[in-house]
Amino acid sequence: MNNAATAPNMLKEQSGSASRFYGIWLIAAIALIVLPLIFSSGASLTSFSLIGISIIFALSYNILAGQTGLLSFGHAVHYGLGGFLTAHVMNAIASYNWPIPLPFIPLVGGIGGLAFAVLIGWVITKRAGTVFAMISLGIGELVASSSLILRSVFGGESGISTDRTTLPHMFGWTFGPQLQVYYLIAFWVMVSAIAMYALTRTPLGRICNAVRDNPERVQFIGYDPHIVRYLAYNFAGFFAGIAGGLTAINFEIANSAYLGATQSGLVLFAAFIGGTTYFFGPILGAILVTYLQLGLTNVTTVWLLYFGIIFIGTMMFAPGGIAGLLMMHRPLIRAGSFGMVIPSYLVAALPTLVLALGVILSIETAARYTASEGEGNVINLLGIAFDATKPVTWAVAAVLTVGGFLIARMTWRRVTEAWDRAATVARDRGFLT
Amino acid sequence: MLELIVISTLNGILFGMLLFLLSSGLTVIFSMMGVLNFAHASFYMLGAFFGYQLTRWIGFWPALVLAPLLVGAIGMAVERYGLRNTHKHGHVAELLLTFGLAFAIEEIVSMIWGKSPMDYRIPAALDFPAFTVFSTNYPAYKIFMLAVSTAIFVALLITLKKTRVGLIVQASLTHPTMVGHLGHNVGRIFMLVFGVGTALAGLAGVIAGPSLVTQSDMASLLGPILFVVIVFGGLGSLPGAFIASLLIGLIQTFAVALNGSLASAFGPLDPSLGPSVLTDIWNVTIAQIAPILPYVLLVLILIVRPMGLLGTRET
Repeated sequence: MNNAATAPNMLKEQSGSASRFYGIWLIAAIALIVLPLIFSSGASLTSFSLIGISIIFALSYNILAGQTGLLSFGHAVHYGLGGFLTAHVMNAIASYNWPIPLPFIPLVGGIGGLAFAVLIGWVITKRAGTVFAMISLGIGELVASSSLILRSVFGGESGISTDRTTLPHMFGWTFGPQLQVYYLIAFWVMVSAIAMYALTRTPLGRICNAVRDNPERVQFIGYDPHIVRYLAYNFAGFFAGIAGGLTAINFEIANSAYLGATQSGLVLFAAFIGGTTYFFGPILGAILVTYLQLGLTNVTTVWLLYFGIIFIGTMMFAPGGIAGLLMMHRPLIRAGSFGMVIPSYLVAALPTLVLALGVILSIETAARYTASEGEGNVINLLGIAFDATKPVTWAVAAVLTVGGFLIARMTWRRVTEAWDRAATVARDRGFLT
Repeated sequence: MLELIVISTLNGILFGMLLFLLSSGLTVIFSMMGVLNFAHASFYMLGAFFGYQLTRWIGFWPALVLAPLLVGAIGMAVERYGLRNTHKHGHVAELLLTFGLAFAIEEIVSMIWGKSPMDYRIPAALDFPAFTVFSTNYPAYKIFMLAVSTAIFVALLITLKKTRVGLIVQASLTHPTMVGHLGHNVGRIFMLVFGVGTALAGLAGVIAGPSLVTQSDMASLLGPILFVVIVFGGLGSLPGAFIASLLIGLIQTFAVALNGSLASAFGPLDPSLGPSVLTDIWNVTIAQIAPILPYVLLVLILIVRPMGLLGTRET
């Protein structure tokens, strides 16, 4: 875990100077401002807004999973409760004419998420590890089921709707158009990301890492791991609540789906596919998962299955996630031996792609074949139309999958060999320990 | 009232024994490998669907034997090719692997069989009332379920406590390296235990399928309750899992059978108050809160006894 313990340092210490460190944040801010000017269509604005929200949510999840070592299966509870409180407060502001403008409303969501964390966190952070995971799952189910019973608060199946334009305006912004909402979300993404990064640099953030790696030794130096876990849980609940509040503003509704197990699962996927050992991992994961989610739901009915497969693959072959994979190459690039692995990557890419296509074709064939007769059973893959009912499609899928797998396994063995050679060079030059 | 108590007790014990069929496998796998198999309820669901499909093709009785074997084989493959390769990345990666698997299995099942409930019927040979309590006929199939799960329970107990295989399994729970030094293939023991655990879950699925609903969301409905059972009983403790299974089975069954609410006991609230949280709580029936009772129990036991009923192991 040496690698992971110094993870939050990576950005700053290894990039050398402070100016480069602040440069990254500045570039991120400029990118957030410029993005909607380049891609100005309504669909892309909606996507950017959703991606922004899921970045905050995934980062808040990583306070628990990556930094404190608490694997939560019920994180969406804080997200959902933040969203519900936001919707209720927005309705109250509109009906009582309180002078609170919309840009401050996400804080209300944060307070909602935090309040529940304060309430329940003490009990559930008593235990870490597997027990914590199970309890968080139980709490998630408890809240999700209760939300359907307490209809007056959670609005039953239909949820609580609200109208963001009825709130007091600020700088003449009505927050009716999606562009203004996007900038509101972008602002909160920047603020939350900076705050959460700063949190990893505080003594509390460091002691959280220590609790993750060795709670017993933390006790010996005089800290109570339970209290540390509780504090981390509260911070995570707060930022998840902000994300939930932004969702309520974005969709102008809060419903019980926000609290549910699927939402908790998606944020877990985002954080772990992106990689929990680096601060920026969940950001990558949130972008990828949200993008895939928006893209795949139009193309296929079984998009959750693809998520499951990607996730299983990540856990089996790259438990560090995308960020872990990227950072693995850092010492090689610095040692100048990265060129040694590129050819083997190129060789491995083709059969791996074939394998992926084979798996996709198999899944789609099965999905269309069993779907009801009325739906189209023609699969359009890379411009080639496949008929799910024809045996030739089944044969092609099988050949691609099995052939791709066998050849890919051979080429990946070569990648490992090339990697070992490159790593030896890097080790000799002192960039890899 | 007495009739309700008798019937509910029978049903409660039955549901409890079903839960124990699942939680025993889960507990043994957990104590042995340190991995909580998140997909355990998914194997239960696979059992029910395989049972349904095989019953249509070859009849119920062959399905009762074949479906659990199939599920066990899938379980062994998951252990051999999934968990064993992931082991080097740590327990979190293994737990998350089974989490992803649970997601994938649910999607695959709903892809193949659709999202609506299956027409999985009780076999004709068992479709008659076993006996009559007061005025209610108690179905023979439920007695059959009870008999099967009790038989498995006894067989499991004898195997674990009295046979050489059980001795080796128990030894590898606590001293895996020592068992390895004595010449046993610990990897194969793990694989077999995983296979037997998942096969038991599959068996529970086959026999529960006709009685409960066979649907693609049955795993996600039962899974969390299963985890409540093993945390409540104390993670890694078989007797704890047994007590917790029965307790939660009884509590849920009784809650579903009772139709009372605060409003029916004390009269409705003053209508002038209008709809609020208070009226929601006042009017909700015990049957409606039955699904959340296990989780309330979970929170209570955490406050009173964080290690669970009979748990000792600090994780």
